[in-house]
Amino acid sequence: MKLFHYAAPQNFYPLAGRLWPVMALLASGLALAGLWVGFVLAPSDAQQGEAYRIIYIHVPVSWMAMLIYLAMAFWSVLGLVFQTRLSGLMTRALAPTGALMAFLSLWTGALWGKPMWGTYWVWDARLTSMLILLFLYLGYIALTSAIDDPRRSDRAGALVALVGAINVPIIYFSVKWWNTLHQGASVSLTQSPRMASVMLSGMLLMSLALWLYAAAMALWRVRSLILVRDSHAAWVQQLPEVQTYRALRGMTA
Amino acid sequence: MSSNLTWEWLAMGGYGLYVWGSMGVSLLAMLLEVWTVRRGRQHALESVCTVIDDQQERAVSRGDALQDPHAGGIA
Repeated sequence: MKLFHYAAPQNFYPLAGRLWPVMALLASGLALAGLWVGFVLAPSDAQQGEAYRIIYIHVPVSWMAMLIYLAMAFWSVLGLVFQTRLSGLMTRALAPTGALMAFLSLWTGALWGKPMWGTYWVWDARLTSMLILLFLYLGYIALTSAIDDPRRSDRAGALVALVGAINVPIIYFSVKWWNTLHQGASVSLTQSPRMASVMLSGMLLMSLALWLYAAAMALWRVRSLILVRDSHAAWVQQLPEVQTYRALRGMTA
Repeated sequence: MSSNLTWEWLAMGGYGLYVWGSMGVSLLAMLLEVWTVRRGRQHALESVCTVIDDQQERAVSRGDALQDPHAGGIA
């Protein structure tokens, strides 16, 4: 099957190489469009004035922080069930981008919280569970880089990714389950959005841009991870980019 | 857009520090990530080359041992 064909790093490497530049380019275009809609076309908010515009980055990075963790859990299940080598590498490639998104979610949230709530931080369910998500990402990165044996490292990482995934629905539903300072969801799958359509389109454009950005970064990063892990394999050593790099290195040495 | 309007827009109704602090740090962080991934690629290529060099060095020293009449073993 085609999917299992790409589960081999040797076959995924060129595919990732073709995909990431296109995704990165699309991400830049959509981000520019999203910023244009959000900062030029969209009016200011009746209650929050111009401060609400933080939504155009805060909501997309928060969604991505949760989505990337779920993607890591998905790859981990594949790795544990099918023993595919690519799974561990993809989980590893996603983690730094996920950690960055979780950090940005907290950062932009703090800068939004100060003018609206009068504080940068409060130990409330939504904020605390997002902080835990950041720690899960950092924990995954620390654990996988501390174990030298790649197979053991991948398995240990997969377990952290799976167990930690429980936190994602907790973050999402925290505003419903607990009494929090954080507002409820502005956009959900079950209800019509509680915001003007121009604001919504700006936010969705930015979300799509960040999704493409995250995918592009993970695919770009996984190529390096594949190179290092398969550095003893003939297919890696015969790659044109390796040959070119070697030739250039020989010239400068 | 006149310069007054531009300044007004940049001020974000007095929330400029919060709005641009969010957008600016996000952009900077993503640029930093792009830079690290790019550097990671160079490191990966470098480590593949180191492996190839090591393999070639070992092959050469093995070859020398075979040709060396004093190395013993093959007479």
